Amino acid sequence: MTTVLAGDVIARRIEDSIPGAVEESTSRDVWVKPETILEVCRFLKGDSALSFDYLVSISAVDYIEYFEMVYHLLSMPNNHSLVLKAKCWGREDLTVPSITSLWQGADFQEREVYDLMGISFSGHYNMKRIMLWEGFPGHPQRKDYLESPR
Amino acid sequence: MPIRTEPVTINLGPQHPSTHGVFRMRITFDGEIILDVEPIFGYLHRGSEKLAEERTYTQVITLTDRLDYVSSMSNNLAYVLAVEKLAGINPPERAMYMRVMVAELQRIVSHLVATGFFLNDLGALATPLMYCFREREKILEMFEMLCGARITLSYMRVGGIFQDTPPEFWPVLSDFLDYMPGYIDEYERLITGNEILLSRTKGTGILSAETAINSSISGPVLRASGVNWDLRKADPYDVYDRMEFDVPLGTVGDNYDRYLMRIAEMRQSLRIIEQCADQIEDGPIKANVPALVRPPIGDAYGHVEAPKGELGFYMVSDGSIAPYRFKIRSPSLLNLSALRDMLVGCKLADMIVTFGSIDINMGEVDR
Repeated sequence: MTTVLAGDVIARRIEDSIPGAVEESTSRDVWVKPETILEVCRFLKGDSALSFDYLVSISAVDYIEYFEMVYHLLSMPNNHSLVLKAKCWGREDLTVPSITSLWQGADFQEREVYDLMGISFSGHYNMKRIMLWEGFPGHPQRKDYLESPR
Repeated sequence: MPIRTEPVTINLGPQHPSTHGVFRMRITFDGEIILDVEPIFGYLHRGSEKLAEERTYTQVITLTDRLDYVSSMSNNLAYVLAVEKLAGINPPERAMYMRVMVAELQRIVSHLVATGFFLNDLGALATPLMYCFREREKILEMFEMLCGARITLSYMRVGGIFQDTPPEFWPVLSDFLDYMPGYIDEYERLITGNEILLSRTKGTGILSAETAINSSISGPVLRASGVNWDLRKADPYDVYDRMEFDVPLGTVGDNYDRYLMRIAEMRQSLRIIEQCADQIEDGPIKANVPALVRPPIGDAYGHVEAPKGELGFYMVSDGSIAPYRFKIRSPSLLNLSALRDMLVGCKLADMIVTFGSIDINMGEVDR
């Protein structure tokens, strides 16, 4: 079975390496400051004991007051996983550092988050819409995006 | 006097027959050699994730059917596992066995379709496809017995399956288990040693293990590159921990290895189905779940080893009858992440083969 690492323990490890990055942690998840995502991921990937070499998925959730970025990470050699989260407050001009420099698999997923949720990623080489066409009004997966009446 | 040459950019698709749907690539060529590839998709985007937010947990099952429409059972399974994790429901034993069994049957269907169309792309027009579809048809008939549908099955429910197996299913299944290994041998006899196939697929479209892991590749494409990672072994769900099977691995990561993976996985799937049919016992097929599931507030990620790779659903519940957020981790989309690495330096004709060997489904790429 894949071991789900305890968020509190990982939070302490991150805090030792990058002071001030962790916002809160529970037994399951770790919340970090969105601007530190790239550094935190670089630490999690490079640390020999953790060695998170595989990016499973990137999701974004609209909680109205804030957006939550959710990163599912996996270490294939150790068979353990971690859920890393970051809260982005506000609704306009949201930017999160891109992690495409660490994992190529982040490319399409970050573009999708930008397209459907409207969070852009700094440092992404090709930050444009992926599912919808250029010039599409708004970001349809946001909770305040209204469909046409049925 | 030197002849002036310049790179040519062409569009392949979205209506090209080898793109399996509506996929488009903008490719820059130097003569016949590929310099750059930019995949463009979204033509089949239906907003499944948004649609799910206004449907009940049971209604969303029908949306998952339409993601990768040649492996509905695996999609159903990944979804119900995610909801069960979210709501803390444990399905009964019989349901778990049935779910594993149909998921493996679905894997055979998907790999048959993949193999058939892969050879179609190679230029073996229609003949291998007809052989593969012959057995696919038998499995679809079994699905029809189980749930009345052939493609969009909606067979599974949160906490189990939707109805018990009809008695006439078992003899058909045991016949299938008898003749299917012979048919797989037949494909191997016709295809595996074929000289044209060997010369077209060996050493083309090579994907290294490091690139594959870095690009979030999963499924047979990852294993063809020699990475031993199968969720059925690494993170077993339902009753996979009781099953005995091997995980076939490739060595080179070329198109030929990816083809071999699918043939070998079909044989392993048959082993699993046989063990399920032996071990299954009578009993309830659905946990006591209300018609309107209301999971507690929270989030969960459920995943399965679908035929094309890791299919996962990240679900967020706000305590209501509809998911607050329904995110699909689509193997087809992420398996395209390394397309550029596999294609740059190849020739145009190899590109079609390489693309076919990844085995994507546009319903799942665009969602």
